[in-house]
Amino acid sequence: MADKVLMKGNEALAEAAMCAGCRHFFGYPITPQTEISAYLSKHMPKVGGTFLQAESEVAAINMVLGAAAAGVRVMTSSSSPGISLKSEGISYIAGCDLPAVIVNVQRGGPGLGGIQPSQADYYQATRGLGHGDFHMIVLAPSTVQEVIDLTFEAFDLADLYRMPVLMLSDGILGQMMEPASFPEGTGRTLPEKDWAVTGTQGKRKKNIVNSLYLQPDELERKVMERYERYDAIKKTEQKCERFMMDDAEYVVVAYGASARVAKNAIVAARAEGMKVGMIRPITLWPFPVDAIREATEQAKAFLTVELSMGQMIDDVRLACECKKPVHLCNRTGGMIVKPQEVLAKLKEISGGAK
Amino acid sequence: MSVVFDRPKALSPVSTHYCPGCTHGIIHRLVAEVLDELDLTGRTVGVAPVGCSVMAYNYFECDMTEAAHGRAPAQATGLKRANPDSIVFTYQGDGDLAAIGTAETVHAATRGENITIIFVNNAIYGMTGGQMAPTTLPNQVTQTTPYGRDVKVAGHPVRVCEMLSTLDGVAYAERVSMDTVPHINAAKKAIKKAFQYQVEGKGFTIVEVLSTCPTNWGLSPVKALGWLQENMIPHYPLGVYKDIGAEVQK
Repeated sequence: MADKVLMKGNEALAEAAMCAGCRHFFGYPITPQTEISAYLSKHMPKVGGTFLQAESEVAAINMVLGAAAAGVRVMTSSSSPGISLKSEGISYIAGCDLPAVIVNVQRGGPGLGGIQPSQADYYQATRGLGHGDFHMIVLAPSTVQEVIDLTFEAFDLADLYRMPVLMLSDGILGQMMEPASFPEGTGRTLPEKDWAVTGTQGKRKKNIVNSLYLQPDELERKVMERYERYDAIKKTEQKCERFMMDDAEYVVVAYGASARVAKNAIVAARAEGMKVGMIRPITLWPFPVDAIREATEQAKAFLTVELSMGQMIDDVRLACECKKPVHLCNRTGGMIVKPQEVLAKLKEISGGAK
Repeated sequence: MSVVFDRPKALSPVSTHYCPGCTHGIIHRLVAEVLDELDLTGRTVGVAPVGCSVMAYNYFECDMTEAAHGRAPAQATGLKRANPDSIVFTYQGDGDLAAIGTAETVHAATRGENITIIFVNNAIYGMTGGQMAPTTLPNQVTQTTPYGRDVKVAGHPVRVCEMLSTLDGVAYAERVSMDTVPHINAAKKAIKKAFQYQVEGKGFTIVEVLSTCPTNWGLSPVKALGWLQENMIPHYPLGVYKDIGAEVQK
């Protein structure tokens, strides 16, 4: 492990992508992902990589598709309204079984919304970002170090499962600075990209990268094959952090920036004698269903802390099969939930401090 | 006995789905002949569009991809930037290139992306059953201009070669036609030049091919060729609109 450096989340993500072997980036300016593009425009040319500012988000994601089809590691980054524009291309990338990393540094919405941090794109990220039956792996870092580690992971998972991976960050994580270090790599063994369109060189049959299947039985078979892969991912790739969960009766569920706020509240609640813990999803898809299910027995209630009107709360309800009440503590529109608000909510649902 | 006519190696030994009398088959053949003659098939990646030629990935023997509607030039940009040694071409119709994909086309051109676009202009949306295209002529009757294209309502047709020739990134832009054998021979020369320029790294090349759509024009194949000559060529004059090779020679 190398020495620690002090870096902004967005810049750390950009550097991590380059360390992970990404040499191709296509993007379009939007706040608050700005530093990712700025960093890569400065550093990609130094290593012979491609930084290209596209004419639109729509063009950028289709450039990503082209580069992915050619077999290279490729990334694009944007923020909420720009991700909506990319949804067409993301659906095609999923339909073509191509690996690519897409970054969403979330801001408030809907519409042009605002430019302050938000988690209101949870539904969009986890329910299939585009038309058709598909999923993408969604990773949600909560510290700058985790931004780095999960960026490495994102490229590996994309290559391993041949599918788009979404890094779901937000304006807080993107802008804040923390000391972090860069790992050498993940050590995973990844499959050959023998499907890539790099020219046959007269040595093999032609490859076709395509999402069109006009015969319904063929399309159904393709989609079902993809869902078999998704089932395998659900079994092996669920990831979460358990914080003070051993004897927890009240289980906070929060990810990303709001999990940082929740942690402060939990420490304060523990100081007041409340048995509170947290499950922090690191993969939002696949959602850490097993961890929630496991905690359902011991929990008196769940509380999700979200920078939205409550979106992940649905996944918690599904995972605990509504066996325990699931409450919400939230702010939205770019407003940040405060630890005191989380603490007050914990007291309210537990019927007051012990 | 010597073989006087055979299938180009770059053309797959399959039947196409194109309507009788459609000139897509001829244009496919010309592209394939050029790939054979320049010995490029093994290095080439083609990008099929959305439209009548959506399944072009089945008809060429090189590596192929299929793009979202209008996005072929963006996808080709990604393919070429990732693998600069490859030869990348897109094969697009008028709706794909000059309506939904105008931004991708114009910006790939102005960036001087070292790719080749084969642009098939038949003045109509074929695949979806004959709606107005950006290149539909004034007063032309289509499914969505049943009283003829009224330019006051539907606007004017787009002249793609003229528009793109103003951009500095364009190395070569020529408009050709499928209506006669001499014009088809000229079309092949243009396509060959476009690919040759890409091999030489000269920049963005486009060959616009005036083509027929007997099915949606409601004409026999022969009458459709006549309609192209009488109506399309006067509106879309044939010729070289930009050639940086020729400019250098001057």
